Amino acid sequence: MAKELKLMKGNEAIARAMIASGTDGYFGYPITPQSEVMETLMAEKPWESTGMVVLQAESEMASINMVYGGAATGKKVATSSSSPGISLMQEGLTYLAGAEIPCLIVNVMRGGPGLGTIQPSQSDYFQSVKGGGHGDYQLYTLAPASVQEMYDFVFDAWDIAFKYRNPVLILSDGAIGQCMEKLYTRDYIPRWTEEERRANAPWGTWGKPANRNHNIITSLELDSARQEVFNHKLQAKYREMEKNEVRYEALNCEDADYIFVAYGSSSRIAMKAMQMAREKGIKVGLFRLITLFPFPTKQLQEVAKNVKGILCVEMSAGQMIEDVKLATNCSIKTEHFGRFGGIIPTPTEVLEALETKIIK
Amino acid sequence: MTEEIIIAGFGGQGVLSMGKILAYSGVMQDKEVSWMPSYGPEMRGGTANVSVIISDDRISSPIINQFDTAIILNQQSLDKFEHSVKPGGLLIYDPNGITHEPTRKDINIYKIAATAKAQELGISKVFNMVVLGGFLKLKPIVDKQYIHEGLEHSLPQRHWNLIPQNEEAIEIGKGLIEAVQVL
Amino acid sequence: MANTDIEQRKQELLNQGYTEVYTKTKVLTDAVLHYCPGCGHGTTHRLVAEVIDEMGIQDKTVGVSPVGCSVMAYNYFDVDFQEAAHGRAPALATAIKRLNPDCFVFTYQGDGDLAAIGTAETIHACNRGENITMIFVNNGIYGMTGGQMAPTTLVGMKSATTPYGRNVALNGYPLRITELLATLPGTYYVTRQSVQTPAAVRKAKAAIRKAFENQKLQKGVSFVEIVSNCNSGWKMTPVAANKWMEENMFPNYPIGDIKVDGKIAEGIDANRLVLSHPLTVVNK
Repeated sequence: MAKELKLMKGNEAIARAMIASGTDGYFGYPITPQSEVMETLMAEKPWESTGMVVLQAESEMASINMVYGGAATGKKVATSSSSPGISLMQEGLTYLAGAEIPCLIVNVMRGGPGLGTIQPSQSDYFQSVKGGGHGDYQLYTLAPASVQEMYDFVFDAWDIAFKYRNPVLILSDGAIGQCMEKLYTRDYIPRWTEEERRANAPWGTWGKPANRNHNIITSLELDSARQEVFNHKLQAKYREMEKNEVRYEALNCEDADYIFVAYGSSSRIAMKAMQMAREKGIKVGLFRLITLFPFPTKQLQEVAKNVKGILCVEMSAGQMIEDVKLATNCSIKTEHFGRFGGIIPTPTEVLEALETKIIK
Repeated sequence: MTEEIIIAGFGGQGVLSMGKILAYSGVMQDKEVSWMPSYGPEMRGGTANVSVIISDDRISSPIINQFDTAIILNQQSLDKFEHSVKPGGLLIYDPNGITHEPTRKDINIYKIAATAKAQELGISKVFNMVVLGGFLKLKPIVDKQYIHEGLEHSLPQRHWNLIPQNEEAIEIGKGLIEAVQVL
Repeated sequence: MANTDIEQRKQELLNQGYTEVYTKTKVLTDAVLHYCPGCGHGTTHRLVAEVIDEMGIQDKTVGVSPVGCSVMAYNYFDVDFQEAAHGRAPALATAIKRLNPDCFVFTYQGDGDLAAIGTAETIHACNRGENITMIFVNNGIYGMTGGQMAPTTLVGMKSATTPYGRNVALNGYPLRITELLATLPGTYYVTRQSVQTPAAVRKAKAAIRKAFENQKLQKGVSFVEIVSNCNSGWKMTPVAANKWMEENMFPNYPIGDIKVDGKIAEGIDANRLVLSHPLTVVNK
């Protein structure tokens, strides 16, 4: 299918991007506010067009482990869920990272803790970038701020996942998932042929030909000396990602006295607050994180060196702010403003917070 | 041009689809658009609302708390959103079921008796298009031809036979809207 | 012994006039098994490997190992292998098979993995009728973690976490998951075998062969339970453990086919499938 202009929800964009990007399999379990992902896939029946496998699993634990099984055969396999379901998947995520299996996980966040609310939130930042499961591991984490990015980042995710043999997380929230915006679709990328799979994933388990040793996908190494070596290898990979794969957007930061730091839907609200501030004559910029891991540390340092204060805008009690303060060595006045538990802050509130917490 | 709109009423009144048709018409006219619904249990019979933004420029936040226009279809929504209309902005409401009229003095207020008219004509299914017609009469932000395209993209093909009825309802709405308070 | 040493020793013996009557199947690697002497895993591994070899499917077989004693089965089978999180092997196998329908896919799981922590994955993979083979080794105990109670531990049986014997009021009943799975429409072949005698080994091998052959038919899960022993967990010699198994495990886990070609096997009492088969109380 060629490029088209559409109006669609973020969740639907995720599903259509999976089909269009040559994804081989999707395994999921329904949960609000992301159920449209699997609903769209089931309605589209991609098994009849591209050959993509879609299956509704019995739980999020099953779906993430189906991702493990399928992706470990060297195919592009994805799942999606929302916060409580992603919590259930943490075991699978650390195994995927530990076994170095490229795959895609989408979290359309809702408010917690516990069963919480079905309304949008961004309180899974720690879980996403500080390792929600056990062990030292990182997920390459992309934070889309529009329906178009929901779509585009699925394509980007496959490149990164296979380049680094690492799981990729798209961290969105109910606001972007449920919002409809304009979307330019892309030309379909065909699913990999058998030859392409073997070339792109020579480590995959699809049946051992006579001319190679058997491939083993495991995260187990009982010899701690070897496990330490493996951990060093993982860390080196994460440093490479930090060097090469950081993404961010800086808007109006050149002359800014103050900047908002935000990601995802909060960055959209902060952008509006920035416009309102500029109309009032306050020079405000927006530093939007696109990758949460790797965090754009150096880029933020550069942008922030001439500003008088930073307001972190996040739909949480203050999680991302820790990385912002680390990036700037706490050398700049930095405050958090957030609504949480499913409440979305308004641009007016954000501007007020800047004036009262930072400018005074 | 940027028009920030809230449409609010009961679930089942076609609030979300009215917003979608308006947004899709905007897309067809090469505008930037966003459509941000309330979602969740409130969709099922309770109140429903959707923010629609149509603009010539990149849209910052799809989530907004002040609106150029509020289109209000029940009392709860009037109570909730009357104060969210920007000073000088526009409030349109259907008087059906309204017990407390809007009281703001700094906004333009119009009413459209779409529920009653739709019942009278037996076109309750396209009640929301009557309301949309009233809005478009006051703020023709999308052209008629693009509304047609918006309907085509919003409705499944098996319902395209209903497009003329939808378009007629829009025209009925244009004639039905009446001023209550004009600044 | 390193492989070269083994090879050298073999040559010496052949030179002395010995005849080779029993060799390692080529689908097993040269890695030395870590299982306790007398454990049924070694025999069961070999049977699975022989079947893969004899069917000529080494190049399209993918195995999934569990967490438990057989966690490192991937070191012993010379086929592509995935190591699953505890209990999740049937979920992995589901996706492997669906994305690679030409592959022969099997899980190899113990009782804790398959019938406790992985119960949901087991039941749903079976109920979906995934076209896979599941090998289930039931020795009534958690061997790897040091002999704790398993879902299949018999009533009265002592373990590290049932030091006074399994007590129904405290611990509930032994779970006969194999009978339970036989009632699901998605299972095509369900059988219970053992590997403690040559005759039993031959029957078990035939069952495993059938379970792998069935994947060609695409009719659902083929499930082979191997009732086994755990001489270290049971704190018995291998010979005593096998005797105890025959006397105590077999009455509770009767050997034989339960479902064949999608139909309940001849002679199987329907009552047994709804789990009213009498449980015996053991004293060990």
